[in-house]
Amino acid sequence: MARLTLECVSKRYGKIEAVRGVSLDVADGEFVVLVGPSGCGKSTLLRMIAGLEEITTGELRIDDVRANEIGAADRGLAMVFQSYALYPHMTIYRNMAFGLENARMPRDEIARRVERAARMLRLEAYLDRRPGALSGGQRQRAAIGRAIVRDPKAFLFDEPLSNLDAELRVAMRKELSALHAELGRTMIYVTHDQVEAMTLASRIVVLQSGRIEQVGTPLELYNHPANVFVAGFIGSPRMNILETRIAARSESRFTLGLGETAVVIDGQPPSSNEAIQLGVRPEHVRVVAPGAGDFNASVEHCEHLGAHTLIHATVNGRPITALQEGQASARRGERVGLLLRREALHFFGADGEALTGWRGRTR
Amino acid sequence: MIRKLIFARRNGLRWHWTDIVSYAYLVLGVVLMFGPVVWLALSSFKSESGLIEFPPAIFPTSQVEVRVAGFEKPLPLYRVTRPDGSNAVLAQVRRIGIEATMVDPKNPAAVERVPLEAREPVREFTLAWDNYTEPLKQFHFLSYFWNSVFVTAAATLITLVINSMAAYALAIYEFRGRGVVMALVLGTLMIPITVLLVPVYLAVSKLGLVNSLWGVILPGAATPTGVFLLRQYMLTLPRDLIEAARMDRASEWKIYARIVIPLSLPALAVLAIFSVMWRWNEFLWPLVVLNKSEVYTLPVGLSAFQGELQVRWNYVLAMTMVTLLPVTVVFAFLQRFIATGIANTGMK
Amino acid sequence: MIGTRRRAGEWAEDAIGWFSDRLIEPWIAAIQRRIGAGRMPWFFLAPNLCFFALFVFVPLAINVYFSVTGGPRLEPAERPFVGTEHYAALFDCKSYFDPSSCRIDRFWASVRNTLIFVLMQVGFMVLVSLATALVLNGRIVMRGFFRAVFFFPVLLSPVVVALVWKWILQRDGLLNAVVVSLGGERVPFLADSSWAMFWTIFVSIWAHMGFYTLVILAGLQAIPNDLYEAAEMDGTSRMRVLTRITLPLLWPNLIVVIVLALIKGVQTFDEIFVLTGGGPGTATFLIVQFIYETGFGNQVQNFGLAAAASILLGVMLVVMTAIQLRLTRGRPA
Repeated sequence: MARLTLECVSKRYGKIEAVRGVSLDVADGEFVVLVGPSGCGKSTLLRMIAGLEEITTGELRIDDVRANEIGAADRGLAMVFQSYALYPHMTIYRNMAFGLENARMPRDEIARRVERAARMLRLEAYLDRRPGALSGGQRQRAAIGRAIVRDPKAFLFDEPLSNLDAELRVAMRKELSALHAELGRTMIYVTHDQVEAMTLASRIVVLQSGRIEQVGTPLELYNHPANVFVAGFIGSPRMNILETRIAARSESRFTLGLGETAVVIDGQPPSSNEAIQLGVRPEHVRVVAPGAGDFNASVEHCEHLGAHTLIHATVNGRPITALQEGQASARRGERVGLLLRREALHFFGADGEALTGWRGRTR
Repeated sequence: MIRKLIFARRNGLRWHWTDIVSYAYLVLGVVLMFGPVVWLALSSFKSESGLIEFPPAIFPTSQVEVRVAGFEKPLPLYRVTRPDGSNAVLAQVRRIGIEATMVDPKNPAAVERVPLEAREPVREFTLAWDNYTEPLKQFHFLSYFWNSVFVTAAATLITLVINSMAAYALAIYEFRGRGVVMALVLGTLMIPITVLLVPVYLAVSKLGLVNSLWGVILPGAATPTGVFLLRQYMLTLPRDLIEAARMDRASEWKIYARIVIPLSLPALAVLAIFSVMWRWNEFLWPLVVLNKSEVYTLPVGLSAFQGELQVRWNYVLAMTMVTLLPVTVVFAFLQRFIATGIANTGMK
Repeated sequence: MIGTRRRAGEWAEDAIGWFSDRLIEPWIAAIQRRIGAGRMPWFFLAPNLCFFALFVFVPLAINVYFSVTGGPRLEPAERPFVGTEHYAALFDCKSYFDPSSCRIDRFWASVRNTLIFVLMQVGFMVLVSLATALVLNGRIVMRGFFRAVFFFPVLLSPVVVALVWKWILQRDGLLNAVVVSLGGERVPFLADSSWAMFWTIFVSIWAHMGFYTLVILAGLQAIPNDLYEAAEMDGTSRMRVLTRITLPLLWPNLIVVIVLALIKGVQTFDEIFVLTGGGPGTATFLIVQFIYETGFGNQVQNFGLAAAASILLGVMLVVMTAIQLRLTRGRPA
């Protein structure tokens, strides 16, 4: 059972600062996902928690005890590596037992734990095999099993699903969720895949360039992105971001200029200067007859996904994507009208931060 | 079938004159490379008298001797052509001048006088195993052999252990001073023992190891090539494995002995083979350190033996065979392995 | 084969593991707790570095000391300082082209012989190795077998190599039998100066060419096959393929081989010591043999002179190795 606290943690390699002053509180039993593009410092952060990297400045506390100086082996954490890191020359049983043997645990206790974990992960039949003789998913489960047998305070996962194919990834996601529910342990999970983050996390931490951009539950991040980066990173297909300026404003409505067209929006105008960025998710853009929407656009191409259709269009040269339910059809070059769902609009300042003062959206 | 094999060629294209030259070259190569050793092997089974024959016979043969009733000693057999043109196989009793007194082995009573040029010795294929057994019994060759075995085994073991430890430290850890150590190891690569004969001899004599096999073993035990070979291999092991082991509470030694060494066995095997070759064949340094014949290794013993005034070639040849045989057997089994090892590392 | 290798590996692994866990690990884990994991790399380096220190670095310094001190004693404290006398003696020559005009004529004879030997040996050996590698890389059947044939002598002890050839080249040997059967007179192959030098070079090429063949062959096989296929599509002749594709691409590899062969060639001792003993006279007397006989020969032992000569040899080797390392960019030899 563990509560992890990071206080202003930084990591510097020479002149390069990989992690910059990250503060985070992970409650006991929470499933926290660190997500961000590659090179954002999420793996470094995880490895600092694990004890595989030294913390340059700042403090890591595990259950309110300073852990900076405690060795990786003694923090009571278990890690599942991206490459699984199963010892190729040992059987699956020995792989799981190795850490327990090193802790000088009695043999029958080791056997009991390994068998329990194997049952949980449906690996009983493979305990005598070597990792090389296992499929990707089985290896993944064996790696998780190695973490489980140690009965750690918290689990650390470093992109554990990225070496699996798409179908297996979906299945493993479900298993991981079930595992978290069953074990009830704190889990910290690193991924670059926002779908994984959304589906697994009780809380998501979005990182960019070694800094936390936003922390929140998946829906908080989806509904209230704190800045353009989070808005673009969370949600698929990506949110449309349109550069606009406020052309006119009054107490209860304002007009956004979008090239030659303008969009009139009811509600209090954001407290900002003129140049703002308008964010709207593709699922909140409706395709209507030309002239019936907020503005007209010309269709570039269509992606048919079966249940949905993605329509890529341009408005005065700016790209915009609309997601339509069902199997809509539109030809290239066709003029259509686009209608933006008012309560789902996001406004960001020129600096990319979400603008306060806009309260148009209602639940 | 054989035709097919002989004329089989890669790609099965037309013959080109370069192909014929190639095969001629290869056949010449086989003769030149294997011939001398085969000749040594054949010669090593010849009796002492067979060795001084000129021109030498190709196969080890010796004259057949038979026991004839009425004679104490066995008599040599000759094929005789009588003046009337008939042939017979007779045993020689004695030789007087240009004639020999001979008897028919089946009929000892019938004595004949035969001119020397009318008889031809009857030879048969015999292997003079004495060449092998005598020097092992009479001289120190058996102890030379065991000395060589001991030096090779002990030196290889020490080399594997200390080189793999050093390679592990240089491959797995990032620590201050690693660059300096690497440079030092690189430096020792440039300084073979040929350059340090005198001072290393001093070091060995200070340790009281002159005329001791340990004096041969220890100076060459830390090989820079071995450290490099193993380090290069260990660098290819996934870092995750080491970190996983560290998370598994393995001590640093345990990571070395239980994770890195088992995974480096292929490289260790290559180094072991090289070390065995080096040590079994080593000559100059043992020659310097070992001055008493009881402690000679095979090459030193062989060299000393062949340098004596009266060279006993039959023994020298047989003992040469004993020296080259283990290497040849190893080679026959591990040829492909050794060849790729050398091709990959470029070391010998 | 794979099965047995795997089993052998497992056996070794289990043996090492058992031995390590029971007998060694507890002690070393205790050391680790004592000195901390951060200092463990030094623990692992210690044995190897001790050996290096004892048998390379300290001797290196002592070598210099020996070369500037005289007398027959091995004990360093009992050796009087003589300055550069040994070096001066080695270089005391009326003409460097005439060894007999030098104070230490055997040294200059050995230098001259080594130069001749190394240049001839390396030159011919690289040519022969290159030819062999090209043939082996061609379209031939049983490539593995033929490669093994040329490689076989590499594994033999130099003493064995020398004895094999001594037996063939002696007065009543196989070669003279062939000469006589062809109607010639017996030739004193090892007793005639020129012949002796020829045969030492020949034998050392015979013994070592397999190694260089293998290295060159590896270089040849690293040349991408599509280059040859492209040349074939263009209808390029074999000669042109050789001179325009193979040799230019092989050139860097070949330079490394040449330097490596020079380094090894300068240190030649064993084969020649047994084959000719440096003779007849000083006809095949090389530098390493000079060092060996000066320091450890049967006559008066002059450690100082031997040390001075070996330092000169060492400087030469360091220069050549530096060139080689530069060429291979840090790859070990």
